[in-house]
Amino acid sequence: MHPPLFLTSATAVSAAGHGAAAHGDALLARRGGLRPNDWDPAVGGWIGRVEGVEGHALPPGLAGFDCRNNRLADMALRTDGFMEAVMAARERHGPDRIAVVLGTSTSGVSSAEDAYRVRDAGGPLRFDYDHTQDLFSLGAYVRAALGLHGPAFVVSIACASSARCFMDAAHLIRTGVCDAAVVGGADSLCRMTLHGFQALELISPVPCRPCGADRAGISIGEAAGFALLEREPPKHRQAASLALLGAGASSDGYHMSSPHPEGAGAVSAMRQALDAAGLAPGDIDWVNLHGTGTRANDAMEDQAVHAVFGDTVPCSSTKGWTGHTLGACGILEVVIAGQCMAGGFVAGCLGVSQADPAFRAQVATDTLHRPVRRVVSNSFGFGGTNCSLVLGAVQ
Amino acid sequence: MLACSVLGIGVWGPGLPGWAASRAVLAGDVPYLPTPAPAPPPALLPPTERRRTGPVVRLALQVAGEAAAASGLPPAGLRTVFGSSNGDGVVVGGILEALAAYTGERVVSPTAFHNSVHNAAAGYWSIATGSRQPATCLGCHDWTWAAALLKAAADVAADGQPVLLACYDHPLPVPLDALRPTLDAFGAALVLGPAGLGPGLRLRWAAGPGSTTPANPALHALFHGNASARALPLLEALARGGGRHALAYLDGHLDVEVVAPSPPGRGLG
Repeated sequence: MHPPLFLTSATAVSAAGHGAAAHGDALLARRGGLRPNDWDPAVGGWIGRVEGVEGHALPPGLAGFDCRNNRLADMALRTDGFMEAVMAARERHGPDRIAVVLGTSTSGVSSAEDAYRVRDAGGPLRFDYDHTQDLFSLGAYVRAALGLHGPAFVVSIACASSARCFMDAAHLIRTGVCDAAVVGGADSLCRMTLHGFQALELISPVPCRPCGADRAGISIGEAAGFALLEREPPKHRQAASLALLGAGASSDGYHMSSPHPEGAGAVSAMRQALDAAGLAPGDIDWVNLHGTGTRANDAMEDQAVHAVFGDTVPCSSTKGWTGHTLGACGILEVVIAGQCMAGGFVAGCLGVSQADPAFRAQVATDTLHRPVRRVVSNSFGFGGTNCSLVLGAVQ
Repeated sequence: MLACSVLGIGVWGPGLPGWAASRAVLAGDVPYLPTPAPAPPPALLPPTERRRTGPVVRLALQVAGEAAAASGLPPAGLRTVFGSSNGDGVVVGGILEALAAYTGERVVSPTAFHNSVHNAAAGYWSIATGSRQPATCLGCHDWTWAAALLKAAADVAADGQPVLLACYDHPLPVPLDALRPTLDAFGAALVLGPAGLGPGLRLRWAAGPGSTTPANPALHALFHGNASARALPLLEALARGGGRHALAYLDGHLDVEVVAPSPPGRGLG
């Protein structure tokens, strides 16, 4: 068991809203952000497209980083006073004592997609690889935009990327390599992901319905979000203040894109996270599911959650509001968990008239008004990677 | 400062086909002759999975497997940190070509798509070894080795569990390679454990630029040409029985010291 780390500032931008409070409002109003796929209509389905990305400009000195992914990241940096909170932390700790550990699955690959499309046969590509498609582009951009000089890297373990970066940053803080870390990440709409999931026949023709009896796949979304992770709680208490109480991770060692049928890796990640937090399953008020809406993921996760929590802890997925934001879903759902704790409610799955009758865990399909003090948030990904975070409201 | 032990070493690159065959070269006792050779198909994987692996995953599994075997620890019990600047550019480049040629047919192969993720090598490693241990995968452009080494050492120091670190980079395909040139294919791997169990490694993140290059000038081209080959000064220090260097890491550096050399002919030999 380790002492908690505090999220002294946190923010997110997704199709459900810009900023933490907008997410809380959308959840309570049960107002989803998905729309028919107008970004790549050939793929079909519904998407969680963030408003305003096309018109957003990066600061002039950093214009070389311009790509959809870094625009999304920049939009989040400028929301909820996150940038100002980091500036204050920079004064407290020094710019070389704050790490940047962020997650993404595809970075700025849409810039490469555009360059390939307009390239003459056999001719060169005309785009800035290092500042867009390269995996570290996101980390380099955020580090430069925040004026930080600590260690940095970008974590990429598919859809668990921005959950896992909390663990990797916690290792740096706990060993004294740094005093604080900017964590989170971004993933943005790109053709590679849309066509890839289409090839796997996992795109839902209707808005995704996680845990629904009639669920038919995922709706792909995009999001960016950040948290400032520190050893000390914030001096001025905010309603949305959160703490990372524990984290756990595992590999399935089973298949590259199909989850382990009984969710053995997911069980292990959740149990490790609870152990790290020094908590029992009954201490948890809500399990925020990975809940993508595919037949296989949700069935596996139901088994895993039932194995750990039985049928007494409500669980649900919020991807009906945002779509599956891939590598960004971890940080996005941390911010969502914070809103549910602050507002005292469980956000039951959106658009689900009947939960899968085969499921044994307690699936919530409507808003449950009740105190939410501690949340387990799951993120799983290709390559059989699993990560669970335990979050708590700051007392 | 982070302190840990080096329990196993793996290396694969031009003229560096494994630690045992490369040690004399890295120690400076034998001239370096850069002869590129692709990493062999991973024997650890069942044939069906092996067929799905390309040169990048094979490179990663080659060095990871060598280091894990040298450590004597069961591979399924090792946490992993995989570092790569380029990831599997061969697979990603193929998908980008297919998308550019898109005419309405489904063009992306499901296998190529799941192989395109940055953690593909970690996924195949866990399948090959039946490991349930956590894996993290990262990139940091030219500083990927420094970042992965720091992450792995912090993991060991924080939780006291051994960690398999594997860092690998393969050239991107045409036409991406013109934008991010990478010299040959190179990978390095270490099994790190708690301090006191083997040759000691001490790391410290510090402000100010790093300046290290390999002791052997013949290795400079590889060091500068492949992000993962920034591991060469540490491999040289391990082969030479100790040493200290300041490895560039973004606008700061990693102070890297090998403090307890292995006795001649034992341990890591």
